[in-house]
Amino acid sequence: MATLMDRVITSKAAVLEGSRAIAEAVRLCRPQVISAYPITPQTHVVEALAQMVADGALKAEFVNVESEHSAASVVLGASATGARVYTASSSQGIALMSEVLFNIAGLRLPVVLTCANRALSSPLNIWNDQQDSLSVRDAGWVQLYVEDNQEAVDTHLQAYAIAEDRRVLLPTMVCADGFLLTHTYEPVIVPTQEEVDAFLPPYRPQHYLTPDKPLTMGAFADPEYYMESRYLLDRALERSQAVIEDAAQRFNRAFGRHYGGLLDTLHMEGARTAVVAMGSVVATLRDVVSGLRDDGHAVGLVKVRSFRPFPKDALRSALRDVDRVLVLERALSPGGVGILAAEVRAVLQGQPRQPAVSAFVAGLGGRDIPVETLQALIARAQDEAVEQGFADLKAELVEEGDEDES
Amino acid sequence: MKLIPGLVALPGTSRANKTGSWRIERPLFLHQKCNGCRLCDWCCPEGIVSGQGKLFDCDFDYCKGCGICAEVCPVDDIVMQVEER
Repeated sequence: MATLMDRVITSKAAVLEGSRAIAEAVRLCRPQVISAYPITPQTHVVEALAQMVADGALKAEFVNVESEHSAASVVLGASATGARVYTASSSQGIALMSEVLFNIAGLRLPVVLTCANRALSSPLNIWNDQQDSLSVRDAGWVQLYVEDNQEAVDTHLQAYAIAEDRRVLLPTMVCADGFLLTHTYEPVIVPTQEEVDAFLPPYRPQHYLTPDKPLTMGAFADPEYYMESRYLLDRALERSQAVIEDAAQRFNRAFGRHYGGLLDTLHMEGARTAVVAMGSVVATLRDVVSGLRDDGHAVGLVKVRSFRPFPKDALRSALRDVDRVLVLERALSPGGVGILAAEVRAVLQGQPRQPAVSAFVAGLGGRDIPVETLQALIARAQDEAVEQGFADLKAELVEEGDEDES
Repeated sequence: MKLIPGLVALPGTSRANKTGSWRIERPLFLHQKCNGCRLCDWCCPEGIVSGQGKLFDCDFDYCKGCGICAEVCPVDDIVMQVEER
């Protein structure tokens, strides 16, 4: 029996929950094997996909497993046989997967994974920040951060095109802020199957496992070979910069929607101060920065869409003329100087104009980042360079020297 | 030789990689009391004991000298000796 929901989602534009919208996008990419751990910290994405497989709306092997480590292992093996694969996780699940995430990248398998960005324990939290995906920064995956649900849908289509490109052959993680996007209803245009098929041809693997033609994948590499294989991984991520740009351009021509390739900019012409951020806070920042512009402040916005590969040249070019940079961090490197900010500072090193870079940790564990906070941070970054500050910290909860008091 | 991304290689590397040099002790098949039970063949983790009837031996290109064949032989017809090179 067709439900109201079914009728809504088969039309071209619909109001969908983020997770459901992502599931629709994944279905349209025709994955052949999906594996997931079906319990917390999972999202509705794989729940919806399991329903589609059960209903016959998606012809795929759906493998429920006992842990995220196993989910990643199943898609690793399936991808090695040449299948298009998909998995999703977040938070502790990404942490548990991390060993296999490194293997998938080293094996150069074009797995696509949705990370519904959520905080890591302890303390137990479940709400949004980007600690999970940023903690597996060095696994060797392409990492794309999206700012709204339409971009989440469209980026999954691009993710397969990037991952499976012969110049790349890398797993790709689409990072969408947990709850803020995954559990939020927004109007979303769901492409048609014909449109997606035209954009994304079937995966044609170069090397794959089959009993007819045995081969070894991910061979043992002693000190004579290990460094070179890691070098090849690094080169592939560098090469993927052009492919990410290509995919975004090609997507724009096919669907008429564009979110930037490696990064996106707003009001950067003549800007003296730039805000650099990733994920859903960028959508809020668009309003904040536009408002400041209307009031005559020379403020611009740079959205880092691709965190890996890090868009070194594109970022240098975008920040060429600014005096001050505010970097927003939705994750924490304890004892460090910011995760995104450290890389922003590194690429600006040695440039003719060296802007003062302030970094602020904001919105950890689901804390809202309201407009007023963003306005205050921008004002502060225009006055001083803060190595690493914490936005909206509740001083009364963390006053030092009173640990012994009850 | 150029590396193929993902370190894709032809199969048969365990044949190409001769592991005999790992050996500290080598099995000596005495061929005196063998009863033809084949335990040495079945238990060899490298799969390199071969023979028929009551005449077995191993391939020293690959034998790592683990001593399992000598351990499982019910009639002590295999003994381990210090390898001298």
